[in-house]
Amino acid sequence: MNLKERVKKCLGSDLVALNEFRGDIVAEVEKNRVVHCLKALKEDPELKMEFLSDVFGVDNKALLEKPKKKAKKGEEEQAEEEPKGPKPPRFEVNYLLLSLESNERIMVKVRVPEEDLQVPTVTGIWKSATWPERETYDMFGIRFNGHPDLRRLLMWDGFPDYPLRKDYPLEGRGEERRLIYED
Amino acid sequence: MGMQAYSGPGWIVTKLEQLINWGRKRSPWPLPYGTACCGIEMMAALASGYDMARFGAERPSFSPRQADVLIEAGTITKKMVPVLRRIYDQMAEPKWVIAMGACACTGGVFRTYSTLQGIDLVIPVDVYVPGCPPRPEGLIYALLKIIEKIEKDHPIYQKAKSFQLSQGVSIS
Repeated sequence: MNLKERVKKCLGSDLVALNEFRGDIVAEVEKNRVVHCLKALKEDPELKMEFLSDVFGVDNKALLEKPKKKAKKGEEEQAEEEPKGPKPPRFEVNYLLLSLESNERIMVKVRVPEEDLQVPTVTGIWKSATWPERETYDMFGIRFNGHPDLRRLLMWDGFPDYPLRKDYPLEGRGEERRLIYED
Repeated sequence: MGMQAYSGPGWIVTKLEQLINWGRKRSPWPLPYGTACCGIEMMAALASGYDMARFGAERPSFSPRQADVLIEAGTITKKMVPVLRRIYDQMAEPKWVIAMGACACTGGVFRTYSTLQGIDLVIPVDVYVPGCPPRPEGLIYALLKIIEKIEKDHPIYQKAKSFQLSQGVSIS
């Protein structure tokens, strides 16, 4: 049984979508079921995805706005072809899993809408998720519910923005950090 | 006679200044502050191959209290700014600063939200060394420039002048 079928069998009805791109498997699951799903993938005897390589966020803002720009250039047909359904959520959180036994990798994707930037933490399954989740919070502002120590990881504590969002300018908004001696 | 002695640096003061500068220029102890790849070149300059100790930088001082020259080698992120400023504040006078490499001088290629665009926004810099990273010869040249600067310094006369100015007395 190949990896795709095993993942399908393991996750069952929790699976929202299962895509393969150039040999990499992406399993999309529901946000509130992510802890259950990752635990199942870890403990499944046929998969044994024991190792969490990384957790990271994705901002799809630029991707979502791309078709609009093309329509402005004068191709009216493309504007009509725009997907009429509800817009896909702006953010994603991705989990990269590795099976140390069979050296197989999968990516688990969770979509996070802009209105509700909360994802349950997976630090209960892998302690190594603590820092990547902090980084994701730092860069995208996605909160991980139940995280033991959700502080910024890379930027300083008083930093007012989330710099890896697409609407944040590359050169910043003039945030500076200064040395303040306590009196 | 009394006024003449105080007008300008006299013989005693200049000779004493020469003595002080002679001592200072032969022992510019560096504080290595390597935060990026420039730090590797700085290590090469300090180690036996290039041997910066020939010019008096004998002992890399890892305590800012005992250092004379801060060699800032590498990128400074904005998060790092308070650390850099505090280390500079902790150094005893007289102190000099070498900004080594493109990142320390201007921010270099990192024109981003997280990188300080040149350490001269935070602390005063005496010598800038361009390059990404500069070769050890570049750093040694910068140290020689610091030594030249020390030679031209007037430690006693300037201190007396600033003291007198602060007291509201003018000297010619």
